[in-house]
Amino acid sequence: MTGFKVINPGMHSLLQDKGRMGFHSLGVTSGGAFDQYSFGWANRLCLNPENAGCIEILVGGLILEAQLSTQIAITGADMPIKINDSIVENWCTHNIQAGDKIAFGYATAGCRAYLAVAGGIQAPVIFNSLSTVVRESLGGLTKLGKPLEKGDIVACSSSSHSTERSVPAKYHCEFDTDIAEIRMVTGYQYEQFSQQQISQFFATDYVISPNSDRMGYRLQGPAIDITGCEMLSEGISLGAVQLPADGMPIILLCDRQTIGGYPKLGSVFSQDIAKLAQMMPGKKLRFKPFSIEQAQQLLQESAPK
Amino acid sequence: MSIGYPKVVIASENSTIVYFSERPCSQTSDQIAYTANVLKIRLGEELIDLIPSYHSLLVIYDPLKIGFQKIEQEIRDTINGWKANNQPQQSRTVELPVYYSPESGPDLQRIADHSGLSIDQVIELHQQTKYTVYAMGFAPGFAYLGEVDERIAMPRLATPRHNVPQGAVAIADRQTAIYPSQSPGGWNIVGLCPIRLFNAEKQPHTPMQVGDKIRFISIDRDEFIQLGGSDKKLTGAIT
Repeated sequence: MTGFKVINPGMHSLLQDKGRMGFHSLGVTSGGAFDQYSFGWANRLCLNPENAGCIEILVGGLILEAQLSTQIAITGADMPIKINDSIVENWCTHNIQAGDKIAFGYATAGCRAYLAVAGGIQAPVIFNSLSTVVRESLGGLTKLGKPLEKGDIVACSSSSHSTERSVPAKYHCEFDTDIAEIRMVTGYQYEQFSQQQISQFFATDYVISPNSDRMGYRLQGPAIDITGCEMLSEGISLGAVQLPADGMPIILLCDRQTIGGYPKLGSVFSQDIAKLAQMMPGKKLRFKPFSIEQAQQLLQESAPK
Repeated sequence: MSIGYPKVVIASENSTIVYFSERPCSQTSDQIAYTANVLKIRLGEELIDLIPSYHSLLVIYDPLKIGFQKIEQEIRDTINGWKANNQPQQSRTVELPVYYSPESGPDLQRIADHSGLSIDQVIELHQQTKYTVYAMGFAPGFAYLGEVDERIAMPRLATPRHNVPQGAVAIADRQTAIYPSQSPGGWNIVGLCPIRLFNAEKQPHTPMQVGDKIRFISIDRDEFIQLGGSDKKLTGAIT
């Protein structure tokens, strides 16, 4: 087996594809690339199928050594990237020779980068996906949900060098807005909240808590009083915004539990989940109501033709 | 069907949640199972996933292939089909062996003290009910079963355990469940099941699914070991 040898796994590097669908009724969550936008571009740059496996690099520190000749693409967060001794660009492809070292520094804007390889990463598939979900001990190189470790070999095929491609700057992720505006499709128990609770929710500038990960982002702000809200556990969609008893919203993300019993105001629009994936704890956000009509129309318009 | 139900509510840009009744009951479970099965066939590739639960069904679809109005219509037509037939679904009964004892069920005494019953009576009441699998979640293969006899209903532990072993059969309020893998947990443990309840590598991945009926069969220590239960789980594994 050859491909890329992990010299240093960095903070937290995970194999991801589009995610694990069709097994939610067993309690198996979706997992999958957190920033599907940057992930999608990484595969498109390599001319890969849209579900090809990539490496999701959190914050940075990953160092790989190529064992074969191929082409890679890197998108997502602004991380200084070096191939051997040269600093190289993000949002484009790079031809790689056996022996080349690819080293990621630490993110200066955003926090998740995606590395795709021509032909996709080869890893065993479990429940139709190679996505790593640490909490469920599923996926990744060993199928046991482990992040990349020093000495691992991330397998791929060698591939002939082709013309370099890049993504026009206007399509790169945008970072560092002072307060990110996050569109939420209103739904679930939204109609059962009072006007006062809803106005407070949309008027608050929330701060992402340090206790946030791929499972969910906990938000800090003035608590919303939700006493007396009892309900039965029910299916949770990607991006659902729930209000537990302490009145602090939690956005449930790619590694979320599949069912839960807290009331929910709706779900974050997928294009803004990609935005959340690039926001570190401490960043601020504000919710904006979004209708299902607006959301579905925008999805149709943004779909690759 | 209760008044005002089914309710079809938007959950996200690509999912809709259907509420079948105010409270869960066996008719609701049958209806959810029927709707899930029929939607799989009707929608084909337009459907991405389904999450059945106590009184609801989350329908996740591909919004590039079908819009929210059309999906609501498909859901309503499907449920109307159930009304017309009004045939209860054939639910399976799955029997699962449980070794009930103070060594495998460290909270039996707590429940006995709380209820004023003997440990034997607690065990008897736990195994005489035929439970319904209302939902799966929390962890892969974790099935929420209901409802336990109210005499042995028991609140969760004030401080959850760090280590609940795989196979632990436990009670929280009127719910009961088996932990499919070792994990932290705050439910009251009454026994251990030697059968593996989640296997990612083998079909079927779990012996039960939402809508099934579960009957617990009491076994002794020797049978527990013979059926693959580990001695190790009985000594000091529950912390």
